Parts: sequence; structure tokens; C-alpha cells
Amino acid sequence: MFRFLLSRLALIVPTFFGITVIAFLFPRLLKGDPVLLLSGERGVSPERYAMLNEQFGFDRPLIVQYFDYVWHLLGGDFGTSIATKSPVLHDFFALFPATVELSLFAVTFAVIIGIPAGIIAAVKRGSLFDQGAMGIALAGYSMPIFWWGLLLIVIFSTTLGWTPIDGRIGLRYFFDSVTGFMTIDALISGQRGAFSSAVSHLILPTIVLGTIPLAVIARQTRSAMLEVLSEDYIRTARAKGLPPRRVIGVHALRNALIPVVTTIGLQTGLLLAGAILTEHIFSWPGIGKWMLDSLSQRDYPAVQGGLILIALVVMVVNIIVDVLYGLINPAIRYRS
Amino acid sequence: MALLEVDNLTVTFRTASGPFVALDGISYRVDQREVLAIVGESGSGKSVAMLAIMGLLPPSATVKADRIVFEGRDMLAMTPRQRRQIIGKDIAMIFQEPMASLNPCFTVGYQIGEVLKYHLGMRRGARRKRIVELLEEVRIADPIHRMKSFPHQMSGGQCQRVMIAMAISCRPKLLIADEPTTALDVTIQKQILELLMQLQAEEGMGMIIITHDMGVVAETADRVIVQYKGRRMEEANVLDLFANPKSPYTKGLLAALPENATGDRLPVVADFTPDGPAAP
Ligand SMILES: Nc1ncnc2c1ncn2[C@@H]1O[C@H](COP(=O)(O)OP(=O)(O)OP(=O)(O)O)[C@@H](O)[C@H]1O
Ligand SMILES: [Mg+2]
Repeated sequence: MFRFLLSRLALIVPTFFGITVIAFLFPRLLKGDPVLLLSGERGVSPERYAMLNEQFGFDRPLIVQYFDYVWHLLGGDFGTSIATKSPVLHDFFALFPATVELSLFAVTFAVIIGIPAGIIAAVKRGSLFDQGAMGIALAGYSMPIFWWGLLLIVIFSTTLGWTPIDGRIGLRYFFDSVTGFMTIDALISGQRGAFSSAVSHLILPTIVLGTIPLAVIARQTRSAMLEVLSEDYIRTARAKGLPPRRVIGVHALRNALIPVVTTIGLQTGLLLAGAILTEHIFSWPGIGKWMLDSLSQRDYPAVQGGLILIALVVMVVNIIVDVLYGLINPAIRYRS
Repeated sequence: MALLEVDNLTVTFRTASGPFVALDGISYRVDQREVLAIVGESGSGKSVAMLAIMGLLPPSATVKADRIVFEGRDMLAMTPRQRRQIIGKDIAMIFQEPMASLNPCFTVGYQIGEVLKYHLGMRRGARRKRIVELLEEVRIADPIHRMKSFPHQMSGGQCQRVMIAMAISCRPKLLIADEPTTALDVTIQKQILELLMQLQAEEGMGMIIITHDMGVVAETADRVIVQYKGRRMEEANVLDLFANPKSPYTKGLLAALPENATGDRLPVVADFTPDGPAAP
């Protein structure tokens, strides 16, 4: 297990450097000058422009800028945001919990519905439920997030007035951030109604962000279950006289979960990409919205740092998934 | 008294190319402490018959029979729930592929313990003791340690021993062994067969053993049913069958034993089937 982890960590190094190159070049390939955007409508004199350009270091050759950036990165310095003038790392971690909270809700939503739906579809293969659920899953899988989010807002927020349109909590609640998770902080604050307000703000974003993972998990669970149900050991479990609940829910599911957990883990990158759009739709103050805002201001350090940090998060989650895969699959756990 | 009586069992599968009759009106009877062997080539419906009795065929199968009676109880009239109280407990079954028959995600101890819990309601401590006992009974060395192993950490022979331990855990009255040694090495085959026969004698179980191997029949069975394409070719006492086979198909099976070879090639079963020898 330890060696396995080491080999995974060794892979991180080249991946990390690749990502720094992409993250560094990506914002610079876009049209638009951060200095000009920073000075806004009033414009800027050529002398002041030159001064600012030098101050940010944009006057140097790209290659020098890159190595300078990486050098600082290795020391843990992600630079200073041009827009907020505070360290990128600080901005990132101030907003990251909001994204994590939303993502966790979305994944939980997808798992709680997707796994049972996949199991039932597999057990009742070819039934109306199976066909219906898989049809919906296919639709959900190809749902454009932006359109889906707007549709839900129009129905449930604007027309029915059941859910709030944006933000993380009602304006009349105010308390200090302890964990950064609004639902938990609301509970800690003890203010009446704060928790339900936080939850109601999460409902639509959770559905929007969770829809694609839900579709993927339901389909993956179904196909994994179908495969497992035809295995000899399922026949053995039934020959033991075990009730169907146990044959399916324990003997089959335990095996089917191995590929499903892997799928869920590998979806993290996609989930964060989806979070960027979802946060934009619902004005959710997380890193997704922050990244988009930084991008429109050509805030190079913020965009670069954000991309690299998101990539790091995805890599760490993938390692966790690998470890988890080993833990739930005894055949791997005991190989070494 | 008959332990199991099956009259006129017919199994039809719904398939893409229309109904397929896998079993065409065969009757089986096993007495207490009796060993019945069922022989016949691949596809003759041996496994299907046993799975039909256990109620384990997929929904695509239609099972018809005049009677399926176990210990005087009519299995055909039972609800699935009532049937589950019998299978795994009074009627147990072991299969051809021991490795694949055990769940790779659970320890062998857990998989044996499950039977004890569901059928006998044994508690944790009692289960543990009984699992060790059972593993000793099937001659697995170091059972306290071994019960924590996963199937992939064991050999095929050991897995089959675990399957046997699981099958005998509730002291069944009937043990169905579907080609229990086919997937194993020759030396292991002999050990497993000896173990099975010893347990059968000790526990006084009735047993149905399915095999291709007339050698196995000679060593184990009291009575033999020879089956071909879902039909019964012959049923006889084992000594009578070897001394005086009636159907040409049985003669073929016996002639195909290496020790009966005459001439320059081994006879094959196809030479004797009702359809006649295959064209050269
Ligand atoms: N689920 C099923 N659907 C359709 N046909 C089936 C199914 N199960 C078995 N059969 C068919 O029924 C026939 C009898 O199969 P069975 O498994 O009983 O043979 P067998 O005598 O046990 O052979 P073997 O010695 O290879 O185990 C075969 O022709 C097989 O193709
Ligand atoms: Mg068979």
C-alpha cells in the first residue's frame, strides 16, 4: 500500500509541471491586457502603464516570467491577485469551502438517488422502470448545465417562488464563518431559520450540479450490477437460502460498488468544471465564480493559481479514490 | 422412505430463437443415505434439473413437474420464502467452479457464518466456534487464521473445501454436488471426492453427484441415472449398470473409459449416441 502511494505521488511531479505550463499560458493567450482592464474607463497614461507593467513584471520575456512564477510556487507563493490585491492562496481558501459544500451536496444527491435507481433498473431489467430511468439518465447526461439551471430557476424560483435565486443564505442572517460550510455555520450560530435558509439556497444548485453525476452513477451502477448478478457467487448466495434483499444489497452490491466508486472519484474534475458554471448561474460565491470573475479581468495570478490549485485538488481526490479502491477491493488490498 | 421425489420434471427456456426444452420429463428419486449419480454429456440438462429443484433458475425458465416432494413436503406448492428456509439448510449444493462460487469481497469465514446466522440464528461467538469446527471437518489447516482469508488467497481445492463446509454447516439431509471436482487438479480431485464420501457416510446424507466421469460413478454411487439431451436413457443400480448396460449410449460412456479401450483409437461417446456416430 505504501509503495503504491509513493508511485502515485511520483506521478504528481511531472503532472504538476505540465499543469503550471498550461495554467501560465492559458490566460495570456486570451486577448485583453490586465493593466488596461484594471485602470477601467478612465484609461491610463503611457508612463503609468509602463510603471504598472513593470511592477507586475509583465515587461519581462514570457520564459523569464514563467520560471519566476514556478520558483515562487515551489516556495508556496501563488502570487498576489491584481484585482483584490490579496494573496491568491488566501482568496482561494476563503472561497473554497463554498465550492466544497456545494460539490458534496451534489455528489450526495447523485449517490443517494443514482445507486438505488441503478440497482432497481438492473434487478428489473427491461421493465418500465428500467427503460424510464435509463431514458431520463441519458437525458440528464446530455443536459446543458446552463440551460438546465435557468429552467429550474424560472420554474421554482421566479414562477413558484419556492426557492431563492442566488447566494448561500438569506440576507437577514449574519454570523461569523467558522468552518466555511454555510449549513454547519448556520447550525453553530444557533439563529432560528438560518439552517433551513442555507439548505433552501443549496437545493437548486445541488440539483443542477448533481444531475450529470447522477446520470453517470445510475448508468454505471446498473451495468455493474447486471454484470455481477450473473456471477457464480450470486447463485451460491441464493443457493444458501439468503433473502433477495441480502443477495442483491450485500453480495451483488458490494462487488458492483467497486467500479462505481472509481467512477465517482474520476468525476471530480468534471464536477469542479460543472461547479464553475453552476456557481455562475446561482451567484454562488465559490472558486468557480471567482475564477470566472478573475478571467474576465485578466487577473493572471488569480487565474493561474486557481487552475493549479483546482488541478491539485483533483489529483489529491484521485489518489484518495485509488486508496479507497484498494480498500474496497480485497483482491488488490492483499496483493503486496 | 424417499428423501426427494421428482416426477416428470420438464424445463423450458424462453430464448430468442423460440422455446428450448432443456429437460423433457425426467423423474428422480433419492432415498435417505443414498448416493445417486447423474451422468451425461455437456448440455444434457443435469445442472438445469438440480437448479430447478432448488428453485434457482432464471425467470426465463418454465418449470413443470407432477411432483417435487422433499421429506414429504411439496416443494412446488411452496412460496419462495418457504423454499428459502429449506435450501441452504436441508438441501445444500456445491458447484463446479469453487473459486468463482465464492464472493471475492468477503472472507470465507463470513460466507460460512452467513448460513449459520440465517438458518440457525447462531450468535457471533457461537458462529465463530462452529466455523472453525467446520473448516477442521473439511481438513483446512490453521482454520482460525484461514477463516479470515479471502477466496483469492486460497487454491481451487481449498475453495471447494470451503464450499463443502458451507454446504454441510446446517447438517443437510441432501447434498447436491454438481461436478464438484471437474475444475480441480487430478490429485486434488481424489481428495475432495474422498472428503465428500466420508462426510456423506458420517452425516448420513442423501447425495446427488453429477459427473461426466464413469470412474467417479463407480467409486461413489449406489444408483445411476444416465441422461442425454434432457431425457433419461437408463437408470440402474451401479453394479448392474457397469455389468450390463442396457442403452447403447451407456455402453458408449463405459467404452470411452481408457481402461476399456480396444483397437487403435479410443471410442468416443458420439459413436454410440442415438443419432449414430458422427460423420468422419
Ligand atoms: N439460462 C438458460 N437459458 C437458456 N438455455 C439454458 C439456460 N441454462 C441452460 N440452458 C441450456 O440447457 C441445456 C442444459 O444445460 P445444463 O447446464 O443443465 O447442462 P449440463 O448437463 O449441466 O452440462 P455440463 O456438463 O456442461 O454442466 C443446455 O443446452 C443449455 O444451453
Ligand atoms: Mg452443468
